[in-house]
Amino acid sequence: MQLMGRQSWLFDRRPVILATGTVVGPFEGQGPLAADFDHVHDELSIGQDSWEKAERALFEEAAQLAAKKAGIAMDQVRFLVGGDLMNQIISSTFAARTLAVPFIGVFGACSTSMLSLATAAMLVDAGGAPYAMAVTCSHNATAEKQFRYPTEYGSQKPPTAQFTVTGAGAALLGRSGSGPVITAATIGKIVDFGVKDPFNMGAAMAPAAVDTILAHMNDLNRSPDDYDLIVTGDLSKVGHRLALELFAREGFPIDKTVYSDCGMMIYDYEKQNVQAGASGCACSAVVTYGHLLNRMKKGELKRILVVATGALLSTISYQQGESIPCIAHAVAIESGVN
Amino acid sequence: MAQNRKKPPGKKPPGRGVSLSPEEYRTLAKQAEPKRNAFANAVRAFLVGGLICVIGQLVQTVYIEWFGFEKKEAGNPTVATMILLSVLLTGFGVYDKIAQWAGAGTAVPVTGFANSMASAAIEHRSEGFVLGVGGKMFKVAGPVIVFGTVAAFLVAIVYMMFHPELIKGGK
Repeated sequence: MQLMGRQSWLFDRRPVILATGTVVGPFEGQGPLAADFDHVHDELSIGQDSWEKAERALFEEAAQLAAKKAGIAMDQVRFLVGGDLMNQIISSTFAARTLAVPFIGVFGACSTSMLSLATAAMLVDAGGAPYAMAVTCSHNATAEKQFRYPTEYGSQKPPTAQFTVTGAGAALLGRSGSGPVITAATIGKIVDFGVKDPFNMGAAMAPAAVDTILAHMNDLNRSPDDYDLIVTGDLSKVGHRLALELFAREGFPIDKTVYSDCGMMIYDYEKQNVQAGASGCACSAVVTYGHLLNRMKKGELKRILVVATGALLSTISYQQGESIPCIAHAVAIESGVN
Repeated sequence: MAQNRKKPPGKKPPGRGVSLSPEEYRTLAKQAEPKRNAFANAVRAFLVGGLICVIGQLVQTVYIEWFGFEKKEAGNPTVATMILLSVLLTGFGVYDKIAQWAGAGTAVPVTGFANSMASAAIEHRSEGFVLGVGGKMFKVAGPVIVFGTVAAFLVAIVYMMFHPELIKGGK
């Protein structure tokens, strides 16, 4: 593993994504990517008696699916790297209690998917573990409850609001084997342009995404055309538009690749009332580990850069009038055998 | 890569990062917000809010005509019925869907208030009856009660100062 430039890692051993597990709720099952997920639940409650339990059940299921698909017992997984949106990341810690795997808890809000993947890749690449797993989850109702209003409360959401994805995504990494490989990662820095509206997180996060993408290209001396696809995590319509505008102003040739956003892919804007699009830790996790890796397997994509974006606010910070600090972490994934 | 790079005045980290200043960005972000259709929203709020009131009026008329209530007495059972309807719609997960469409129309006092309490009670039921339901039921409705009471108190003081009979009585 090498440090490249200021904030990027180049993985010499190219850790392999041996298998992934993706589970989602019923609403995500009605979206256009339903066929890419391992399991679509019929009920938002996931058969549990509280939303919080439902969320951790998703985490456990995704982790177990990934291990099962790779044909590896859970106790062979040396480290579990995970996080979620709940206070004190309880979904991940409670699920890790069940899974009984040494656990590294991380918090990066919705950027947790790529933060955990980069951390797990670093572990495997550095020889710290033969197998490591990155998992993250989110649940629409727990996020509504913790960050906004009670789920059944009648308030109108503005068109900039985003809909938190119910689901969990897990990626099992190994030193060798067949599957897509992780070649590089860029850890983002906190970027805060003073946006305060928690109902417009796309706008708050767009500068962080652009900052990390520019840093990635600078550090690794790459350009957009080195990738078949660059996706941001959950900027959705408003943030995606702003990111494009920022790229243009920096003179960055984003048009040389396909630039998309996971938050705009998982739901059907025509049929599903999700305002600007999707958000949540699970958004970039299930879209990447389900849909995008499937496209890689089919040979439609060879090299992608996934840039998961996180809004690091709390209910207390925004009620005290603070702006929203944001972050984005990028991971480069390539198809190939190691 | 550096073609047509604009350099706005102000802080810029050398060679990398977003060169726009936070103020410029926020202006840009404001412009990127999709516009809310205030007129359509107001029309929908008017229709739904009005419809809720019409239903309330029907309920009151039923109490007066069929159950022999006096007009003055019919108010309480009418409000209770409207609360029940709102709580049922909240429990069945319909009220929030109507509200997304109707905007302020569903915030009309009785049903909106009932929804705010019922939704909070349902949401926090998993945290127990005392600290969950009891403690958090007024999470959304609490400020309405606090500021409603404070406003009523202030209005009462103003009323007392200017009411002719009370002023005379004071002398």
